[in-house]
Amino acid sequence: MPRLSADARHRVRFELNGRAVEGDAEPRMLLTDFLRHDLGMTGTHVGCEHGVCGACTVEIDGVPARACLTLAVQADGAKIRTVEGLAPAPGRLSVLQEAFRRNHALQCGFCTAGILMSLDYYLRHHPDPAEAELRDFLGGHLCRCTGYAPILAAALEAAGKLRETSAHA
Amino acid sequence: MKPARFDYIRTGSLAEAHAALAKDGDDARIIAGGQSLVPMLSMRMARPAVLVDIMHLSELAKIVVKGNAIRVGAGVRQAALLAWPELAERQPLLAAALPWVGHAQTRSRGTVCGSVAHADPSAEIPLALLALKGGVELSSQRERRRVPAEEFFTGLLSTARSDNELIEAIDIPCRTAGHGYAFREFARRHGDFAIVACAAVARADGVRLAIGGVADVPTARDFPDIGGNALDDALDEFAGELEPRDDLHATADYRRALVRRLGRATIEEARRCRV
Repeated sequence: MPRLSADARHRVRFELNGRAVEGDAEPRMLLTDFLRHDLGMTGTHVGCEHGVCGACTVEIDGVPARACLTLAVQADGAKIRTVEGLAPAPGRLSVLQEAFRRNHALQCGFCTAGILMSLDYYLRHHPDPAEAELRDFLGGHLCRCTGYAPILAAALEAAGKLRETSAHA
Repeated sequence: MKPARFDYIRTGSLAEAHAALAKDGDDARIIAGGQSLVPMLSMRMARPAVLVDIMHLSELAKIVVKGNAIRVGAGVRQAALLAWPELAERQPLLAAALPWVGHAQTRSRGTVCGSVAHADPSAEIPLALLALKGGVELSSQRERRRVPAEEFFTGLLSTARSDNELIEAIDIPCRTAGHGYAFREFARRHGDFAIVACAAVARADGVRLAIGGVADVPTARDFPDIGGNALDDALDEFAGELEPRDDLHATADYRRALVRRLGRATIEEARRCRV
């Protein structure tokens, strides 16, 4: 049974947005800091650092989770998606991101990466969501700018667009 | 990095986890989903020398119905129990309480047993376990024992678990025909820890009400089949015995009022649900 020593840095490997990545982390390093400082992926934001605000939400093995409540060493071998993985190509936005822009669903943008990760997951699994469901799911995020209404509008609009696209596909 | 330094062991078997606990005792902490423990580490309210990760032990990630109880293993995430197709039929109280546990984004990682181990006085899963008279299965290198929920929660964030033990599973009685179940909670925002949470089990001859968020431990009381003013008086007395305190979130008076009003509403709902 491998015991990772507190004082050393240990190799951590996982899949990030479809690419194999690796770096070294002390056992106490949070996944948020590992993503930002070691991998240079600064799209994931660090807010409260105790799981309340949702800014650091990423997808771990297919489900949205708080990167700040995950140790980097726990993520070894996992599949992780971050906000950097949402856009289909450089210079292009995803349908959800585009809807955020059109609906003014962000102002300062601090909470946005986490909210996008949650909603991207939710819309993939619930293509025709009721507004109440989206409200409940958004309950895991704090936004101090928008008052949430534009975020809900963007999510509903994106859901409609995604349904149209899949109907024509 | 916010947590203090610790060693990390990713165990490959339950025996390894037991061995680590036997060796390091109270310097070691079990980590599974980490949704309660990691904030404690980051705030340095917990400073273990070693973390023992049990999340890769597939034998612990099982939900099974054994006799008249649901056995939920230590590796079962809250989201997995909530998504279990038999949940509402087997135990409606648990089905009603689980959506109140944190948020979807924390239930995806947080485990059912982890919430029991953490023993936050306002947490929903310990409350449901107590209301339903469930139990906690503890195991160590030497022995295995079952502690009834009523004896497990011993104080604020403290339990009957010894340093060399881990929670291997909890058992929750399945619904009983003729009983009604209800769960209600008041929090500032959905997903916050409860200011007051109530779980009720109604029988033909009485009702059991468990209250979370008020005393240092979730607390249950059995009432005879009373209504009207008699029930109000009984709830008043119960609310007083819980010795609510003022804090940042609510005053003691407010909590007492919530126990009376929300407690009564929960009892009445449970009675209506009796089938």
